Amino acid sequence: MVIDTRTCIGCGDCVVACKNENKVPVGLNRDWVVEATRGEYPNLETEFRSERCNHCSHATCVTSCPTGASHHWKDSNIVLVAAEKCTGCKACIAACPYDARLIMHPDGYVDKCTFCHHRVDQGLDPACVSSCPTHCMHFGNLDDRDSVVSRLLRERRHKVLMPETGNQPHVYYLT
Amino acid sequence: MIEEVLATARYNDKIDPSLGIWTWEIAFYLFLGGMAAGIMLFAAWAVLGGRRDTLPFAHDRFALWAPIALSLGMTTLFLDLEYKIHVFRFYTAFEPTSPMSWGAWVLVLIYPLMVAQILSTLRAGYPLLAGWLERLPGGAWLLDLCEGRRRLIAWLVIPLAVGLGIYTGVLLSAFSARPFWNSGMLGPLFLVSGMSTAAVLPLLAGVAGGEKKFFERTDLGLIAIELTLIALFLISLATGAAQHMQALQLVWGGEYTVPFWLWFVLPGLVIPLLLEIIAVRGNRQAAITAAVLVVAGGFMLRYLMVEIGQVSTWSQYAIQFDPQLLQRLVP
Repeated sequence: MVIDTRTCIGCGDCVVACKNENKVPVGLNRDWVVEATRGEYPNLETEFRSERCNHCSHATCVTSCPTGASHHWKDSNIVLVAAEKCTGCKACIAACPYDARLIMHPDGYVDKCTFCHHRVDQGLDPACVSSCPTHCMHFGNLDDRDSVVSRLLRERRHKVLMPETGNQPHVYYLT
Repeated sequence: MIEEVLATARYNDKIDPSLGIWTWEIAFYLFLGGMAAGIMLFAAWAVLGGRRDTLPFAHDRFALWAPIALSLGMTTLFLDLEYKIHVFRFYTAFEPTSPMSWGAWVLVLIYPLMVAQILSTLRAGYPLLAGWLERLPGGAWLLDLCEGRRRLIAWLVIPLAVGLGIYTGVLLSAFSARPFWNSGMLGPLFLVSGMSTAAVLPLLAGVAGGEKKFFERTDLGLIAIELTLIALFLISLATGAAQHMQALQLVWGGEYTVPFWLWFVLPGLVIPLLLEIIAVRGNRQAAITAAVLVVAGGFMLRYLMVEIGQVSTWSQYAIQFDPQLLQRLVP
């Protein structure tokens, strides 16, 4: 996923779309928007970032899971939780440096952003990407050199959040 | 200046504003798991040293305490699971990268070994229990079998019990996402603390003579090692990267300074150390007080470690959102 911080206005539509699409219970969130302000007044610079699970290649939530419930979907980078295997031990929550996981009561299993894999399976974009009014979010396959996301990362300056964790995150922010 | 503020609501239960997923249940399990490991080690040590005459309690009776401690700990561990009916899932997979998976399978090896260790000295330690067992079909045969292999069982106990004790620390230290836990010192620290809390149990059980002296002196040494390991643990945080130094601040001027030093280090280690120095000269009251403080300190170590580790983090946002507003949405 590639998110353009230059065109994001922090409206929060991605958050609402996710809650609607995935029936996320009241009070819980799989994604959120951060407003980061840098500098000294009056020279301030603000960046909006729509954040969620980074679907890491080296996902510590997957390696710490004792039952194999946390896994990479179909050899992709998409990290999912198999509810039928989850004991709710919460090791994955402790293992995530981005604090992107949550406990989905009343069912009790651990929940997170799925990149809307049920939509991706049908060739659709995740709900947050589809609903973005400024088209600042892009979704695609980074292994495909011709995809929009590959092209954007080739052409634009970008960053990931806290690469120093070693988790190899895959939500990219154009700066 | 950089200020990162949540522009939309995020107040996930037990995640925000700081992690609070594990509380007393996990701390109690780590405490009792370490204690069980210590009990097994002392019982095995007494057998391997052939010290039935000098350490009769440790040689014949102590081993029975280990499964009691561990089973209590396993109960609180179970209480912590969010999805309790899925507990069997620990045993439908083995995940080599997950310490918790190793722990679940090590327990499968530990329990039968614990039973064998108890049976190997049951006739001498608990003749009444042994009598009941002998009346069951195969009971006498089982007791003979374990007694005959007493030394072999003790040799097997040593690596597994050391593994169990270290595991209780590695369970936390393996989380790179929590800087306060992410230190190799935690394994040895929890093992030594577990042995220390086990060493005072015979004193509380009222052992006398040479055995009392042995456990008092042993515990004195263990507390000294534990203090050294804690110092090394803090030094490793102080000399670490930014997030480690930040994690150290929590107990060095930050919000957990008072609990860490005044609830744990002072009453759980320093005071018992001083009391035990007095106790080895024959003061019974000092010995008992020290023993109680050591057990309480052992639990406090796990409790604070579990809590402080969760507060230490890589990411921290200022939360602009007031969770109480949600109450107005819920009918």
